[in-house]
This record gives sequence, C-alpha cells and structure tokens, in this order.
Amino acid sequence: MTPVIPAAPHGSDWLGVLAQFLLLSMLSIGGAISTAPEMHRYLVEQHHWLTNEQFSSMVAIAQAAPGPNLLFVAVLGWGIGGCVGMCVTMTGILLPSTTLTLMAARWGEARRSTRGVQAFVAGMAPLTVGLVLSAGFILGKPGYGDPWLLALMVATVIVCVRTRLSPLWLIAAGGLVGAFFG
Amino acid sequence: MPETATTPTPAPAGLAAADAAHRGMSVAAAAQAASGDGASVLDDGSPRSPASTGEIFRVFTRLALQGFGGVLPIAQRELVERERWLTREQFLELLAVAQVMPGPNVVNLALIFGDRALGLRGALAALSGMLLLPLGVVLALAVVYTRYASHPVVAGALRGMGAAAAALIFSTGVKLLPALRRNVLGSTRAFALVALMFAGIALAGIPLIWMLAALGSVACTLAWRRFAP
Repeated sequence: MTPVIPAAPHGSDWLGVLAQFLLLSMLSIGGAISTAPEMHRYLVEQHHWLTNEQFSSMVAIAQAAPGPNLLFVAVLGWGIGGCVGMCVTMTGILLPSTTLTLMAARWGEARRSTRGVQAFVAGMAPLTVGLVLSAGFILGKPGYGDPWLLALMVATVIVCVRTRLSPLWLIAAGGLVGAFFG
Repeated sequence: MPETATTPTPAPAGLAAADAAHRGMSVAAAAQAASGDGASVLDDGSPRSPASTGEIFRVFTRLALQGFGGVLPIAQRELVERERWLTREQFLELLAVAQVMPGPNVVNLALIFGDRALGLRGALAALSGMLLLPLGVVLALAVVYTRYASHPVVAGALRGMGAAAAALIFSTGVKLLPALRRNVLGSTRAFALVALMFAGIALAGIPLIWMLAALGSVACTLAWRRFAP
C-alpha cells in the first residue's frame, strides 16, 4: 500500500509520534489492538496523516496477515512515513512494554517460590483462560449471523481440540468456505 | 513436517469442554466429567529446552509465520505439543504473566520464554524471530491487498479466514482448561472464575482492566490463603 498521504509528519513531528507511541505502549494491557482507538484519534482525527479508510484497511491487513497483531502498528508507521515511520512507531510501541515485561518477569522468577508470586500465578491462571476464550468469542462475532461461517467455526473448534492438524489447514479451509459461501 | 503425528490427545475431554463452553453450560462440570481420560502425554513428559539462540529464533519465526489472525494457538501448539519446551501448566503460567503486562501477550510470552531459556540473548532472539519475517510479509500483503480488496471472492476469503482464526483462539482456551485441574484454588473455583471472566469480557463487554482488578484481587487472595504456611 502506497497511500495517498493527506499530510506527512516532518522533522520534530516525529518526536511527537515517538512520545505518543511510547505512552500507548505503557497503556497497552491486553494487547496493542486495545490502543487502536487512541491511535485512530491521534493519526486520523488530530493530525490527518491518514484517512479513515486507510486506517481501517491497514488494521484489517495486519489482522489477516501472519504474525502478531501488533504489526498493524508497523503498517500504520509505514503509511505515515515509510521506513522512518515504521521504525518510530515500532520502537515506541515496543520499548516500554518489553523492558517492563522483562524486568517484571525476572523479579517474579527470582521470587517464584514465595507465597505472593505463587498466589499471583495461581490466581491469574483461570482469568487468563477466560480471557483467551473471550478473545476467540469476540473475534468470531462478525460470523455469527452467517450459518456457513458459524458451522465453520464450530467445526474448527472440534477439529482443533481433538486433533493435531496444523491450524494452517483450518485457516485455509476458512478461506475456501468464505470465498465460496461467505 | 510430521503433521500426521499420531501422539494421542485427550479428545473426548476436550470435546466435552468445547461443547459445554459453546452452549454456555458449566465448563467445570463438563471438564470434571471428562477428567478420567484427560491424562495427556504432555503432563508426564519432562520438557526439553532450546539449545541455542538460533534455535529459538527459528522456532519463533516458524510459529509467527503460521499465525494467521493470532499467534497464540500456534504458540501453544509449537511450544507445548511439538517442541515440548513447556508443559501445558508452564505455558499457562507464562501466559498469565504475559497477559497482565503491557504489550501484546504473545510478544511478552516470547520475551519471557527466551529470557528464562538463555537470558537477554534468548529474549532478543525470540522477539526478533516473532517480528522480523512477519513484518516483511505484512508489508508485502499490504501492497497486494490494495489491488484486490474490492474483489468479492477476496473479501469473502478474508472473512472466512477471520472466522477460522477466531475459532482457533477459542480452541486454545479450551485446550488450556485441563491445566486448571491442579490449580491450588480447586478446580470448581478455578472453572467458576473462567466462567465469570468470560461472562464479564465476552458477554457483558466490561473493560479488561476492571475485570482484572476485580476478579484478579479475589482470585489472588483466595490463592494466597490456600498457600498459607
């Protein structure tokens, strides 16, 4: 995508972009996608560096592509300023959260036999499973009105849980069903 | 690739739980009913560990490139079922920590895993494996997408892939349910917390931060009491 850029950030604008993404990184509990509305506000509404349509399609592409959903941040950065933009947004979104995660993980690992850390890990485990189930349920919502897609999803869950078939085949089956019936 | 591996899986247990979760029944009841044959090969096998940063980089590149619509299902499959670098319980433990930290859970999981295996070098290998090649693929797809996005077959295929990806993430949750049977909270309480979390986030749409604060404090306090010396 080489979008027709309504306006592009210049010079000191990039410091602002970096600061914005550094901040969003700290707020991205539950994944970078949870900060997408805030990125939309900043990039589209406030600075007009991207149009609404460009923003939406960039997020959709990153969701459909392989790899962590976080990569939509790279596509947005690339959209506002090519390689420089991509480096700025990715550095911003990654640096604080990775540093914090590493420090917290090491802190916890050093104290893993303490009562506090054990209680935290045991207590959070069921919530984590509930969250994974919720993510699947919410992401499936666009398909619940379509009987073909609904059947596809039920079949996918059954096959995935009972067999060790590679998920790639199930995604491919989804693409076929969607192409012909979706 | 040995995709046709014949290692046995606890199919009936998983199925019952999936079915129950779909119908909104008591997940706890279904999982307990099926617990008799739930013993998996993953539970008793002592996990292996990665030998080098190169191996970590390769495995995380491989799992990220397979992760259409979400890397979590692939990460569970590759790290637990295929490489056996983690048991299901260890995977859930790492995920629990990764989830509450800022940043994407799979990226955090990669960092923590790499760090525990080989220190900072391992963490950077896992992170770059997770991001570098997929980044190239995403940018290439972005170029292709703009040319064909309006084509109905392409749009339909993308919708279908999105639906399958959602189902895979749900399945990952179902596969992690048996790991809670040994939770110190007791399986009934643990499954009740799963159900409450699902109801709050998926059905009621309550923001994650509130659910984590409310249920997390209850769950950790209960666990704290259970660990009483």
